Amino acid sequence: MSGAAPDLAFTGDPETASQPTGRSLWQDARRRLFRNRAAVASLALLVIAAIVGPWLSPFAYDAMHKDQIWSGPLAYGHLLGTDALGRDLLARLLLGLRVSLTVGVVATAVSLVIGITYGATAGYFGGRIDEVMMRIVDILYSLPFIFFVILLMVTFGKNFILLFVAIGAVEWLTMARIVRGQTISLKQKDFIEAARAAGLTSGAIIRRHIAPNLLGPVVVYVTLTIPGVILAESFLSFLGLGVQEPMTSLGTLISEGARDMALAPWLLFFPGIVMALTLMAFNFIGDGLRDAIDPKDR
Amino acid sequence: MLIFIARRIAFAIPTLLIVITLSFFLMRLAPGSPFQNGRRLTPEIERNIMAKYGMNRPLAAQYLGYLGGVAHGDLGPSLKYQDKSVSDIIGQSFLKSAMLGLTALVLAIAIGGTCGIAAALHQNGRADYIATLITTLGICIPTFVTAPLLVLIFAGWLGWLPTAGWGGPRNLVLPVLVLALPQIAIITRLIRAGMIEVLRSNFIRTARAKGLSQRRILLRHALPAAVLPLVSYLGPACASLLTGSLVVEQIFALPGLGKFFVTSALQRDYTIVMGTVILYSALILVLNLVSDLIYAVLDPRVRLT
Repeated sequence: MSGAAPDLAFTGDPETASQPTGRSLWQDARRRLFRNRAAVASLALLVIAAIVGPWLSPFAYDAMHKDQIWSGPLAYGHLLGTDALGRDLLARLLLGLRVSLTVGVVATAVSLVIGITYGATAGYFGGRIDEVMMRIVDILYSLPFIFFVILLMVTFGKNFILLFVAIGAVEWLTMARIVRGQTISLKQKDFIEAARAAGLTSGAIIRRHIAPNLLGPVVVYVTLTIPGVILAESFLSFLGLGVQEPMTSLGTLISEGARDMALAPWLLFFPGIVMALTLMAFNFIGDGLRDAIDPKDR
Repeated sequence: MLIFIARRIAFAIPTLLIVITLSFFLMRLAPGSPFQNGRRLTPEIERNIMAKYGMNRPLAAQYLGYLGGVAHGDLGPSLKYQDKSVSDIIGQSFLKSAMLGLTALVLAIAIGGTCGIAAALHQNGRADYIATLITTLGICIPTFVTAPLLVLIFAGWLGWLPTAGWGGPRNLVLPVLVLALPQIAIITRLIRAGMIEVLRSNFIRTARAKGLSQRRILLRHALPAAVLPLVSYLGPACASLLTGSLVVEQIFALPGLGKFFVTSALQRDYTIVMGTVILYSALILVLNLVSDLIYAVLDPRVRLT
């Protein structure tokens, strides 16, 4: 059943088109997702740590212990040691993880909204509208975006919300392309024609028949976008343009760690490990989901 | 083919125009000016400086003037480095960045290509397993983690290599390595996937049936088809190597273009920032065109229109 299930979605039997197709696709996706148990478990752990962690930590992320500067792991009850201002690294790491994940999710949501609206519009209307809209995407694709994000951060100050928007506005292009391609191929399927023949309005067709089938590739791309966004944020923070003190993110922590690494290597190791784990978990899950939804790539 | 190139060049012009417009107005929106660096200037002096660089004119006039200059290949004078033109500064630092990036790319293609082929030939074997492990690590550990780590190990603890700076070839070992690592990972993956698919195809079976040697099958028949995904990846890869060097140049204190860009953006050196952005955009456009052309040469099924 593993091979046949996703194909069902595209043979377009009108009876099973609306509900069961979506489900069988998702069943397969879920099955494959849980095969990547290690990735799912570590991601769940990271997310829970990011949500609950800062509350459970005995130290505040901005509490300075002037007498405990650069103490190594386990010293004075600091599990992962302290930084140059004597702040508990574990508490800062948990907060940094929370901030990075938030940036990842929110910026991806921004890119999702723009990308789906844009892509579905272009794909659905087709013709000249499609031509013009996708040409614009082509042009935007060849802009060196990291430069524009840097320019934006320089121009409008190091604003947290702007960071979300700027990164999200950069990442929607691929989403728009995927959604457009998918919409075009869906538009021509028999089950859409059957739905049209049955007298459904275009709104209902998009909602009940196109959207559920779009969700697959979109979800895959979302799981692959989040790590990309986290990376972009860390990159900016590393250059000193991202999240500002005393708030922190994984990128800021790594940047501080790199500065003090000769004296306190743990400040670089632990944030680096958490960063790598986060990216790895997302990438594994994204790849697994992509294999589930795109049967060609198995 | 010629029509294809002409169309792409026609497409490049509006793209560059948008790049110039966006960066021009974004830069001018930024608070602060290139002439405020701690010292208080009297209004007269400031007015004179502004007049010298033509910045007392209306913004639209400045924009058109700049466009005219760019059309003639003149990127203007630097606002911070007196008596130097933007082209001079960018030319010098770009050479360094390009050298770094190209060395890393060649290294990455050599290592990644070998690993990818080896992994594909022993699919699901030990070599494949090790290659997958390494590529996963290479993709998941960003350069701003590997760079300080390698510095700590090879410069700090072992003392084999210098920490930073631009000098002899020993200075370049670590930066090149850091830049190459993620590319090695991606290239290995691409070549492995391409090779596996090609080795299953009918024309390889035919070649085997003809009794050709394994070596000849691999190099003459399989490889050209298997490198296709790599070719279309290389265009964007070159660009990302250049942007990736933003971090690497920062960490290793190299006087390359990436470092120049960040410093100039913070100092509001308008002309340098814009020159860099234009250069990068042009580079991306050219590289993408070249990779499309190479793709068409390698794959006879592709027809450029």
